[in-house]
Amino acid sequence: MKHSEAAEKFISDNERTNWHDKALWFVRAKRDIAIKQVAEWEELRALASQIKAHVMSNLDVLLEQFEANAIKNGIHVHWAKDAEEHNNHVLNILKEHRVKSLVKSKSMLTEECHLNPFLEKNGIEVIDTDLGERIIQFRNEPPSHIVLPAIHLTKEEVGETFHTHLGIEKGISDPKILTDIARAHLREKFLSADAAMTGVNFGIADTGGFVVCTNEGNTDMGVHLSQVHIASMGIEKIIPRQEDLGVFTRLLARSATGQPVTTYTSHYLTAQSGQVIHLIIVDNGRSKQLGRADYVKSLFCIRCGACMNTCPVYRRSGGYSYSYGIPGPIGSILAPGANPKEHSSMPFASTLCGSCTDVCPVKIDIHQQLYSWRQDLTEDKKTSSSKRLIMKMMGIVLAYPKLYRFSGITARWFLGFSPRFLIYNKLNLWGKQRELPSVPTESFRDWYSKNRRANL
Amino acid sequence: MSRESILAQIRKSKPELVGLPILPECHIVEGDLTEQFKKTLLLVGGQAIEISEGDIELHIKKMFGYLKLTACNDGTLNFSNIDTCSIDDPRELRDIDLAVLRCRFGVAENGAVWLTDSDLSHRALPFITQHCVLIIPKNGMVWNMHEAYQRIKQENYNGFGVFISGPSKTADIEQSLVIGAHGPKSLTVFLTT
Ligand code: SF4
Repeated sequence: MKHSEAAEKFISDNERTNWHDKALWFVRAKRDIAIKQVAEWEELRALASQIKAHVMSNLDVLLEQFEANAIKNGIHVHWAKDAEEHNNHVLNILKEHRVKSLVKSKSMLTEECHLNPFLEKNGIEVIDTDLGERIIQFRNEPPSHIVLPAIHLTKEEVGETFHTHLGIEKGISDPKILTDIARAHLREKFLSADAAMTGVNFGIADTGGFVVCTNEGNTDMGVHLSQVHIASMGIEKIIPRQEDLGVFTRLLARSATGQPVTTYTSHYLTAQSGQVIHLIIVDNGRSKQLGRADYVKSLFCIRCGACMNTCPVYRRSGGYSYSYGIPGPIGSILAPGANPKEHSSMPFASTLCGSCTDVCPVKIDIHQQLYSWRQDLTEDKKTSSSKRLIMKMMGIVLAYPKLYRFSGITARWFLGFSPRFLIYNKLNLWGKQRELPSVPTESFRDWYSKNRRANL
Repeated sequence: MSRESILAQIRKSKPELVGLPILPECHIVEGDLTEQFKKTLLLVGGQAIEISEGDIELHIKKMFGYLKLTACNDGTLNFSNIDTCSIDDPRELRDIDLAVLRCRFGVAENGAVWLTDSDLSHRALPFITQHCVLIIPKNGMVWNMHEAYQRIKQENYNGFGVFISGPSKTADIEQSLVIGAHGPKSLTVFLTT
């Protein structure tokens, strides 16, 4: 579905739209306060961006170094070219260890691979243990945000969900009580699981270890209480040196939630005694994206979510308006690389205001890439034909100054004198839900030439 | 083999080599490390208390005397009533109320404390316990994460290492902060002199 169509559903609930908008802006504001505590913030962003640029340019070497060191540490390393191969690796590992029940912590990669339904089909019980993820798992919904997966739900809806799935009394909506209920429920799951699955925030080439950052502690509860730890990592998650974590850990949580660091920053080098670690290195289209000069920087992403929290379109249209699993600005530049036809409307779900680029801790030129995708997709005829026609007409008008001036005069006349139904109709999407501003009587050009002379 | 084909595709697509930047070694100390640590830990839901070595036991008894099962990684402190080293299956730690752990060092800018396998009888301990006390020497705090990783590099660690900054928390329900998601419901750091 096109973004504009899906967004329409979301914004039809006015109250929810406003609330969603405010909740995310609140997170953005916390981020602003946090980064002001760090005088060298801009320097850190530049360093992070340079480290990532190096990683992309040397990815094969670093991956091989990482693999060799990980194997030395006793980690079993697997490679997967796509989602299917990844899922099969997971299933085989689980079968090999006779695992019936798996506790999972947050991993956008396993979402991308649609791992849960695959495992469930194969008879494995999968429990998402991040609180937000558990809530949406009960509801059979995908995450609507990469850091705050249940941000689209009210506390009343969470209470209702727990009533249905955990049998609690009806009408409980206090977040503290609901969290306590989830804590007790998930503790039992941690204690009875056979295996734990995690994502990877950073894979460290020079140690062969990897780092997972969380606030709840669910990752470590799962991993340390079970015999098998499976970690899935996209190829772009590599960093060269352990010290590079100094840069990334200072940026990640501040950008994500405004915390000075995540509550837990866990470094896994070797398995604890009696345990095994399997690590799956996943490509799934990333090595192709690496070759697209205009878009390679999208692979720098450390999944902090800041670009979503700040995006005026995301905030007011919600995560489910985007056709790809990762929503918002970063999703909109990753999705067309994954499938240009299916996600052709996503790069258009932006005002190109550039706020995403401003907040991105690894300095991805997100709004520039959105703009480039629009052009590439339009050239490839993946966008709708009306959009192409309008663009073409705009192109002609903008190319001829006289025609531009003339169309300005006629437009001002038209907007000033036309009856309402002619302007606010189905063809004018901008007239939906908003009043157009009153029309100036003269163009900027006329105003400027008059006033410049007057001021001289 | 997928490994070969992925690496081959990367070699084909990767951009021209870009140099790796040198990391900042020096750090700016912008104030009193202890004060910064205390302030930040409070902000993330924990608390730091300056205390002399000799007072630790008394203080813990005063604060947590009501709790039943306490584990400690330091035999010289006398209030542990469970020997976690004799436990094989970490699931048996499920009833522990309080873990008191001597750790390596703290980070002033974010209130985090570094601990590793050699501080832990079980990796699960600081996560499964209901309450947690971490003890670090007041001197020897580092200012920021660059310094922290320099120190980790020198000291090295085998197996597992974790920075813990405050008690476990979540804001997944309507952005309301709730302390005690899956791990400890309280986290206290003793800064010893
Ligand atoms: S693109 Fe940048 S701002 Fe957006 S999630 Fe990734 S790292 Fe964060």
